[in-house]
Amino acid sequence: MKSLIKEFSKGITVLNPTFGLILGLCPTLAISTSLFNAIGMGVAATFVLVFSNLIISALRNFIPARIRLPSYIVIIATFVTICELGLKAYLPGLSKSLGIFIPLIVVNCIIMARAEAFASSNRILPSIFDGLGMGIGFTLGISIIAFIRELLGSGSIAGIGLLKSNEFILVMILSPGALLTMGLLIALSRLLGLTKR
Amino acid sequence: MTDSLLVNTSPHLHKKESVKRIMWLVTLSLVPCGLAGIFIFGLGALWIIVLAILAAVITEFVLQAATRRRITVFDGSAVLTGLLLAYNLPADVPFWLPVVGAIVSIAIGKQVFGGLGQNIFNPALVGRVFLMASWPKYMTTFVRPLSYDAVTSATPLAALTEGKALEGISYLDLFLGNRPGCIGEVCILALLIGAAFLLLSKYISWHIPLSYIFTVGLLSYVFGAKTLFAGDWFSHILSGGLILGAFFMATDYVTSPLTYKGQFVFGIGCGIITVVIRLWGGYPEGVSYAILIMNAATPIIDRYTRPRIYGS
Repeated sequence: MKSLIKEFSKGITVLNPTFGLILGLCPTLAISTSLFNAIGMGVAATFVLVFSNLIISALRNFIPARIRLPSYIVIIATFVTICELGLKAYLPGLSKSLGIFIPLIVVNCIIMARAEAFASSNRILPSIFDGLGMGIGFTLGISIIAFIRELLGSGSIAGIGLLKSNEFILVMILSPGALLTMGLLIALSRLLGLTKR
Repeated sequence: MTDSLLVNTSPHLHKKESVKRIMWLVTLSLVPCGLAGIFIFGLGALWIIVLAILAAVITEFVLQAATRRRITVFDGSAVLTGLLLAYNLPADVPFWLPVVGAIVSIAIGKQVFGGLGQNIFNPALVGRVFLMASWPKYMTTFVRPLSYDAVTSATPLAALTEGKALEGISYLDLFLGNRPGCIGEVCILALLIGAAFLLLSKYISWHIPLSYIFTVGLLSYVFGAKTLFAGDWFSHILSGGLILGAFFMATDYVTSPLTYKGQFVFGIGCGIITVVIRLWGGYPEGVSYAILIMNAATPIIDRYTRPRIYGS
């Protein structure tokens, strides 16, 4: 049980995908313009991560080593398709604003990295906890960035405007703002010792 | 008393130069164009300069105190950054704008990298570009000169970009600063006085400014009009922030190449990017972006222009 908690918590702190491993940057930089989108993206990626880790771990002794990456992609793509169709059916608004970044979860390097580095050589239960921890770590990372960018760039939190004004820092919701926020947060997390360099 | 018998290895030469002295002398050389800017645009310009300098110095002090490093606010580098930032702003921006810009300049442009000497980009230009991207409305609204009220007006560069001839503005107007623009960039005469002081006392070399201005002149002569070789190159040199940028910002010791050969490459690169942005880009002025892009290229330029070791 103790080791399961460790597998779960390492994705949130030391090996946080956003601030520690610095993986999955495309969605992190592109989707973090609003908190609502960021949480949606994080939950979708977590769903895919947990189930792909589960299946890959279960099949780890049957997948030949030479074709393992194509096999992983087929498994991941299956869950991404489930996720995409589910979002279209039940949350069409979110599906529209995330757009291409939902299908792109297939090539998200966090998911590939966990499949290759963890699920392919570990038992099922630790793999699920690893996927869950990584997914929550990613969701937290992208949400923190999105919270700061949305607050400074458009003066609102999850779409709820706080101030009636036009003087917000426009650059924060443009791409330089994403890179600035992310860089400063990585520095802060290292300063606080949450992640290692 | 043992200290007086201390024997060091060479070099034994001593000079009175220090970072502090150079920074304050560059600041001094920028005073004439600031005075001209205040005369041309009114006392509002003075407040913007004062606010930018104060904000820069206070930010530097707070960050150095918070990270428990040596407090170096009196070496003049923060004052210079604030001053250059203010010179890059129009004269009627709201008073919080220079403050935000100076905080970004010092915090994100300089202290994040470890302070003076470590920054890869010119801090004042980082602040200016941040403001330009965030509040383009304020950054591109210029006061008409010598009218002392907020009558907005297009800069000569905006007209040049559209390929029109300059109406009502002579070369003499451009040279003396009787045109809309940023506080410190308009009076070419005052800028050249400061630049001449720096060049004659050898605080800056002529390589970057000359290659920069020459490239801009040449390219704007060739491509600046509808037909080739008919551009108004003299207006291109005199308008916008070219003179301020070429003499005072592209020559920043920290962010420009070390060798003369590298400085030529740097200046020519700045010139090409400036003209491309001015003639075909989305903004009428490209000096700040050109210098920042070449700042990023400086380590590569330094690597390929490293001098041969004597005897090798």
